[in-house]
Amino acid sequence: MVNIVGLEDTLAAHPFAADMDPDVLRTIAGCCSNAIYHPGDYLFREGEPADAFFLIRHGQVALEIHVPQGAPIVVETLEDGEIFGWSWMLAPYTWSNDARANDQVRVLKLDATCLRRKMEADRALGYELYRRFLPVMAQRLASSRMRIVELATEPRPIRARPKG
Amino acid sequence: MDAMPAPVRHADPMVPRPFRITRVIREIDGVFTWRLAAVDGAPFDFRPGQFNMVTQFGVGEIPVSISGDCRRPETLVHTIRAVGPVTEAMQGLRAGAIVGIRGPFGRPWPIDAAIGSDVIFVTSTIGLAPLRPLILEVLHRRQDFGKVVICYGTRGIHDIMFEEDLHAWRARFDTNVHLTVHSAPSGYRGRVGGVAAAIHAARIDGPATVAFVCRSEALTRQAVNTLGERGVTPDRVWVTLERNMKCGIGLCGHCQFGPSFMCKDGPVYRFDEIEALYSVREF
Repeated sequence: MVNIVGLEDTLAAHPFAADMDPDVLRTIAGCCSNAIYHPGDYLFREGEPADAFFLIRHGQVALEIHVPQGAPIVVETLEDGEIFGWSWMLAPYTWSNDARANDQVRVLKLDATCLRRKMEADRALGYELYRRFLPVMAQRLASSRMRIVELATEPRPIRARPKG
Repeated sequence: MDAMPAPVRHADPMVPRPFRITRVIREIDGVFTWRLAAVDGAPFDFRPGQFNMVTQFGVGEIPVSISGDCRRPETLVHTIRAVGPVTEAMQGLRAGAIVGIRGPFGRPWPIDAAIGSDVIFVTSTIGLAPLRPLILEVLHRRQDFGKVVICYGTRGIHDIMFEEDLHAWRARFDTNVHLTVHSAPSGYRGRVGGVAAAIHAARIDGPATVAFVCRSEALTRQAVNTLGERGVTPDRVWVTLERNMKCGIGLCGHCQFGPSFMCKDGPVYRFDEIEALYSVREF
């Protein structure tokens, strides 16, 4: 027998929605869709309108920074249970980096225009979403700072001089 | 449980024993590993976590952790990063050169404290060198421990040390290796991010886990905090620290750390024992 799981249940099973009020969950689910990306697919690219945010259900997503005259650099990878993409919350609502699927990626994609409209009408919903986004943003910021500390404090090794 | 060979202290700890470099391995830019054999042919017994004072005659002496297998006392292994005049000169030495060794010194990793527990190793870049003997010993006595997880972070994909070991450990069914790099070229399929992300990804039973951490001191606290989020309390976290060791036997005071001398009371400490000192600014 096939067990059909609705979007609301799928959303509720994601760590982002843990213990979320059922009314809020239902409201958000109204802006939600399932999406699948294949290895190498871009989920979004720098400069494009930030019209969604993503909850990873399965797979690995690489966040990349475009480097002029060079190949992009992967600065972070995210996996099952993680969220990404907060440019939709901040004007001018454009992506500040690329996101690419490293393998087959299944996500819940939340329509940003739909969510922003609902948040304008219901400030409690906005508070609830910001309350869930901010710890993730703070953790990523702290992690980035620690990487700076690591790079700044690690002694620079002296390369071997060629014999001659 | 079969025992490791007990270290035998040289008659006079201030007199270096001559060792011959038998092989030089370039690990990554500016980091090299020496394999050494005692000129008198005697084995060199040590415990994981101990260090030696290594002398390049006519240049200087530096403390270096032992990075080899304590069950192979016929081969002493040191991994060195060239960051100053002595280590830069050492980088120029080739197989056949003679160097002086004093040691082993210091308190080793307390491997028996982890028996019956899950074990997580947290380290980055050259920090894998002082942990390597412990990892090898834990894998040698694998049946004494629960899950074994290695979290290792480096700057980039060209800065990964002991790559052969990491491949071998990853290939084992009883060991999990979480490798992370700060950045990578597009298309890289591994994990990119901080070591904290690797700790979060580790499948361990926090309250039943013992952690061994070897990172730069600036990052040790972050590792301890992240382990705490996973339920590993500071009384189950062992860290190794670095100071300016000189004599190696607790006489000269160069490596004093509060009430202890790091060369004989450390360099391995249980984190809750040093937590207060660790928080003192500029100490």
